[in-house]
Amino acid sequence: MSNSSSGNVGIVIVSHSSKIAEGAADMVRQMVGNAVPLAWTGGDTDGGLGTNVAGILEAIEAAWSPAGVAILVDLGGAETNSEMALEMLAEDRRARVVVCNAPVVEGAVIAATESSGGSSLAAVKRSAEEFYA
Amino acid sequence: MHDVNASRAANAFAPLTASAVLVNAVGLHARPSVKLTQCAKSFVAKIEFALAPDGPWTDAKSPVKVMRVKAPQGATLHFRVAGPDGKAALAAVLALVHDGFGEA
Repeated sequence: MSNSSSGNVGIVIVSHSSKIAEGAADMVRQMVGNAVPLAWTGGDTDGGLGTNVAGILEAIEAAWSPAGVAILVDLGGAETNSEMALEMLAEDRRARVVVCNAPVVEGAVIAATESSGGSSLAAVKRSAEEFYA
Repeated sequence: MHDVNASRAANAFAPLTASAVLVNAVGLHARPSVKLTQCAKSFVAKIEFALAPDGPWTDAKSPVKVMRVKAPQGATLHFRVAGPDGKAALAAVLALVHDGFGEA
Protein backbone atom coordinates (compact mmCIF):
# COMPACT_ATOMS: atom_id res chain seq x y z
CA MET A 1 0.00 0.00 0.00
CA SER A 2 2.51 2.56 1.13
CA ASN A 3 5.06 3.43 -1.48
CA SER A 4 7.55 4.79 0.99
CA SER A 5 10.41 2.39 1.48
CA SER A 6 10.56 2.90 5.24
CA GLY A 7 7.54 0.78 6.08
CA ASN A 8 8.41 -2.21 3.92
CA VAL A 9 10.46 -5.22 4.97
CA GLY A 10 14.15 -4.76 4.16
CA ILE A 11 16.06 -7.26 2.02
CA VAL A 12 19.71 -8.25 2.59
CA ILE A 13 21.64 -10.32 0.06
CA VAL A 14 24.64 -12.30 1.33
CA SER A 15 26.85 -14.17 -1.14
CA HIS A 16 30.40 -15.50 -1.09
CA SER A 17 30.94 -13.39 -4.19
CA SER A 18 30.49 -9.63 -4.07
CA LYS A 19 29.68 -9.75 -7.79
CA ILE A 20 26.80 -12.16 -7.22
CA ALA A 21 25.50 -10.13 -4.30
CA GLU A 22 25.71 -6.88 -6.24
CA GLY A 23 24.22 -8.46 -9.37
CA ALA A 24 21.30 -9.93 -7.44
CA ALA A 25 20.70 -6.50 -5.89
CA ASP A 26 20.71 -4.97 -9.39
CA MET A 27 18.04 -7.44 -10.45
CA VAL A 28 15.91 -6.55 -7.45
CA ARG A 29 16.21 -2.82 -8.14
CA GLN A 30 15.41 -3.20 -11.83
CA MET A 31 12.57 -5.69 -11.48
CA VAL A 32 10.95 -4.59 -8.26
CA GLY A 33 11.89 -0.92 -7.96
CA ASN A 34 12.90 1.31 -5.10
CA ALA A 35 10.06 0.75 -2.66
CA VAL A 36 12.08 -1.75 -0.63
CA PRO A 37 15.13 -1.11 1.58
CA LEU A 38 17.91 -3.23 0.08
CA ALA A 39 21.55 -3.94 0.92
CA TRP A 40 24.07 -6.54 -0.16
CA THR A 41 27.38 -7.88 1.06
CA GLY A 42 29.79 -10.40 -0.38
CA GLY A 43 33.37 -11.52 -0.09
CA ASP A 44 35.70 -11.83 2.89
CA THR A 45 37.50 -8.89 4.47
CA ASP A 46 40.45 -9.30 2.08
CA GLY A 47 38.23 -9.04 -0.96
CA GLY A 48 38.34 -12.77 -1.73
CA LEU A 49 35.45 -15.18 -1.88
CA GLY A 50 33.71 -15.59 1.45
CA THR A 51 31.42 -13.80 3.83
CA ASN A 52 32.08 -11.81 6.97
CA VAL A 53 29.95 -11.05 9.98
CA ALA A 54 30.81 -7.34 10.09
CA GLY A 55 29.73 -6.89 6.47
CA ILE A 56 26.47 -8.69 7.15
CA LEU A 57 25.80 -6.52 10.23
CA GLU A 58 26.41 -3.41 8.14
CA ALA A 59 24.04 -4.62 5.46
CA ILE A 60 21.32 -5.36 8.02
CA GLU A 61 21.79 -1.85 9.36
CA ALA A 62 21.61 -0.35 5.86
CA ALA A 63 18.41 -2.21 4.97
CA TRP A 64 16.82 -1.80 8.40
CA SER A 65 13.08 -1.34 8.54
CA PRO A 66 10.65 -1.34 11.47
CA ALA A 67 8.86 -4.14 9.57
CA GLY A 68 12.03 -6.24 9.78
CA VAL A 69 14.71 -7.60 7.48
CA ALA A 70 14.78 -10.79 5.39
CA ILE A 71 18.24 -12.18 4.57
CA LEU A 72 18.91 -14.24 1.46
CA VAL A 73 22.11 -16.32 1.50
CA ASP A 74 23.96 -18.62 -0.86
CA LEU A 75 26.09 -21.43 0.60
CA GLY A 76 27.15 -22.69 4.06
CA GLY A 77 29.24 -19.86 5.49
CA ALA A 78 26.84 -17.23 4.26
CA GLU A 79 24.16 -18.85 6.36
CA THR A 80 26.24 -19.50 9.47
CA ASN A 81 27.77 -16.01 9.37
CA SER A 82 24.31 -14.51 8.90
CA GLU A 83 23.08 -16.42 11.93
CA MET A 84 26.12 -15.22 13.86
CA ALA A 85 25.38 -11.63 12.82
CA LEU A 86 21.79 -12.12 13.89
CA GLU A 87 22.90 -13.24 17.34
CA MET A 88 24.96 -10.08 17.72
CA LEU A 89 21.97 -7.83 17.17
CA ALA A 90 20.14 -6.21 20.06
CA GLU A 91 17.33 -8.45 21.25
CA ASP A 92 14.48 -6.27 19.98
CA ARG A 93 16.04 -6.22 16.53
CA ARG A 94 16.95 -9.89 16.47
CA ALA A 95 13.27 -10.82 16.61
CA ARG A 96 12.69 -8.89 13.42
CA VAL A 97 15.41 -10.46 11.25
CA VAL A 98 15.04 -13.82 9.48
CA VAL A 99 17.26 -15.91 7.22
CA CYS A 100 15.23 -17.33 4.32
CA ASN A 101 15.66 -20.88 3.09
CA ALA A 102 15.53 -19.87 -0.57
CA PRO A 103 17.82 -19.53 -3.60
CA VAL A 104 19.67 -16.23 -3.29
CA VAL A 105 18.81 -14.58 -6.61
CA GLU A 106 15.26 -15.83 -7.10
CA GLY A 107 14.53 -15.53 -3.40
CA ALA A 108 15.71 -11.91 -3.31
CA VAL A 109 13.48 -10.92 -6.22
CA ILE A 110 10.45 -12.75 -4.81
CA ALA A 111 11.02 -11.47 -1.27
CA ALA A 112 11.34 -7.91 -2.54
CA THR A 113 8.21 -8.27 -4.67
CA GLU A 114 6.30 -9.47 -1.63
CA SER A 115 7.74 -6.68 0.50
CA SER A 116 6.95 -4.00 -2.06
CA GLY A 117 3.26 -4.79 -1.59
CA GLY A 118 3.54 -4.03 2.11
CA SER A 119 3.53 -7.66 3.30
CA SER A 120 4.70 -8.72 6.75
CA LEU A 121 8.12 -10.26 7.43
CA ALA A 122 6.50 -13.69 7.82
CA ALA A 123 4.74 -13.35 4.45
CA VAL A 124 7.96 -12.21 2.77
CA LYS A 125 9.85 -15.22 4.15
CA ARG A 126 7.05 -17.62 3.22
CA SER A 127 6.89 -16.31 -0.32
CA ALA A 128 10.67 -16.57 -0.87
CA GLU A 129 10.63 -20.11 0.51
CA GLU A 130 7.85 -21.14 -1.87
CA PHE A 131 10.63 -21.71 -4.39
CA TYR A 132 11.59 -24.91 -2.59
CA ALA A 133 8.01 -25.95 -1.89
CA MET B 1 -3.84 -9.89 6.54
CA HIS B 2 -4.37 -9.62 2.82
CA ASP B 3 -5.57 -13.19 2.56
CA VAL B 4 -8.14 -12.78 5.28
CA ASN B 5 -9.47 -9.62 3.66
CA ALA B 6 -9.48 -11.21 0.26
CA SER B 7 -11.42 -14.30 1.29
CA ARG B 8 -13.90 -12.22 3.25
CA ALA B 9 -14.25 -9.93 0.25
CA ALA B 10 -14.60 -12.86 -2.11
CA ASN B 11 -17.53 -14.21 -0.13
CA ALA B 12 -19.42 -10.95 -0.25
CA PHE B 13 -18.80 -9.96 -3.87
CA ALA B 14 -19.70 -11.84 -7.03
CA PRO B 15 -16.59 -12.52 -9.10
CA LEU B 16 -15.94 -10.38 -12.18
CA THR B 17 -14.25 -12.00 -15.14
CA ALA B 18 -12.50 -10.75 -18.26
CA SER B 19 -9.66 -11.88 -20.46
CA ALA B 20 -6.74 -10.33 -22.30
CA VAL B 21 -4.11 -11.64 -24.71
CA LEU B 22 -0.44 -11.46 -23.74
CA VAL B 23 1.15 -9.22 -26.34
CA ASN B 24 4.68 -8.73 -25.06
CA ALA B 25 7.30 -10.82 -26.84
CA VAL B 26 8.51 -12.87 -23.91
CA GLY B 27 5.15 -13.65 -22.33
CA LEU B 28 4.68 -13.77 -18.59
CA HIS B 29 8.36 -14.14 -17.66
CA ALA B 30 10.02 -12.82 -14.53
CA ARG B 31 9.69 -9.07 -14.94
CA PRO B 32 6.05 -9.02 -16.07
CA SER B 33 5.23 -11.50 -13.31
CA VAL B 34 6.63 -9.09 -10.75
CA LYS B 35 4.63 -6.22 -12.25
CA LEU B 36 1.42 -8.23 -12.28
CA THR B 37 1.95 -9.30 -8.68
CA GLN B 38 2.68 -5.77 -7.52
CA CYS B 39 -0.40 -4.47 -9.31
CA ALA B 40 -2.59 -7.22 -7.86
CA LYS B 41 -1.25 -6.63 -4.36
CA SER B 42 -2.33 -3.00 -4.46
CA PHE B 43 -5.97 -4.14 -4.31
CA VAL B 44 -7.94 -5.82 -1.55
CA ALA B 45 -9.86 -7.99 -4.02
CA LYS B 46 -8.97 -11.61 -4.58
CA ILE B 47 -7.38 -11.73 -8.05
CA GLU B 48 -6.80 -14.96 -9.92
CA PHE B 49 -6.00 -15.83 -13.49
CA ALA B 50 -5.90 -18.91 -15.70
CA LEU B 51 -4.92 -19.88 -19.23
CA ALA B 52 -8.37 -21.42 -19.78
CA PRO B 53 -11.75 -19.88 -18.89
CA ASP B 54 -12.45 -22.65 -16.37
CA GLY B 55 -9.07 -22.66 -14.62
CA PRO B 56 -6.97 -23.98 -12.99
CA TRP B 57 -6.71 -20.62 -11.20
CA THR B 58 -3.50 -19.01 -10.04
CA ASP B 59 -3.30 -16.40 -7.29
CA ALA B 60 -2.12 -13.23 -9.05
CA LYS B 61 -0.66 -11.94 -5.78
CA SER B 62 1.90 -14.76 -5.50
CA PRO B 63 5.04 -14.00 -7.54
CA VAL B 64 6.24 -17.62 -7.40
CA LYS B 65 2.91 -19.02 -8.58
CA VAL B 66 2.57 -16.42 -11.34
CA MET B 67 6.03 -17.24 -12.71
CA ARG B 68 5.32 -20.98 -12.60
CA VAL B 69 2.47 -20.55 -15.11
CA LYS B 70 5.07 -19.62 -17.78
CA ALA B 71 2.38 -18.13 -20.00
CA PRO B 72 3.80 -17.50 -23.51
CA GLN B 73 3.15 -14.61 -25.90
CA GLY B 74 -0.27 -15.01 -27.53
CA ALA B 75 -1.74 -16.82 -24.53
CA THR B 76 -5.08 -15.56 -23.24
CA LEU B 77 -5.13 -14.66 -19.58
CA HIS B 78 -8.53 -15.15 -18.01
CA PHE B 79 -8.98 -13.10 -14.86
CA ARG B 80 -11.39 -13.75 -12.02
CA VAL B 81 -11.64 -10.95 -9.49
CA ALA B 82 -13.78 -10.62 -6.37
CA GLY B 83 -13.77 -7.87 -3.78
CA PRO B 84 -14.92 -4.36 -2.92
CA ASP B 85 -12.39 -2.85 -5.32
CA GLY B 86 -12.80 -5.66 -7.84
CA LYS B 87 -13.85 -3.44 -10.71
CA ALA B 88 -10.81 -1.19 -10.43
CA ALA B 89 -8.56 -4.20 -9.87
CA LEU B 90 -9.80 -5.92 -13.00
CA ALA B 91 -9.36 -2.74 -15.04
CA ALA B 92 -5.81 -2.32 -13.72
CA VAL B 93 -4.62 -5.85 -14.47
CA LEU B 94 -6.22 -5.81 -17.92
CA ALA B 95 -4.55 -2.49 -18.71
CA LEU B 96 -1.22 -3.95 -17.64
CA VAL B 97 -1.59 -6.94 -19.97
CA HIS B 98 -2.86 -4.84 -22.90
CA ASP B 99 0.07 -2.56 -22.32
CA GLY B 100 2.55 -5.42 -22.63
CA PHE B 101 3.64 -4.62 -19.06
CA GLY B 102 5.31 -1.51 -20.39
CA GLU B 103 7.65 -3.63 -22.52
CA ALA B 104 8.04 -3.58 -26.27
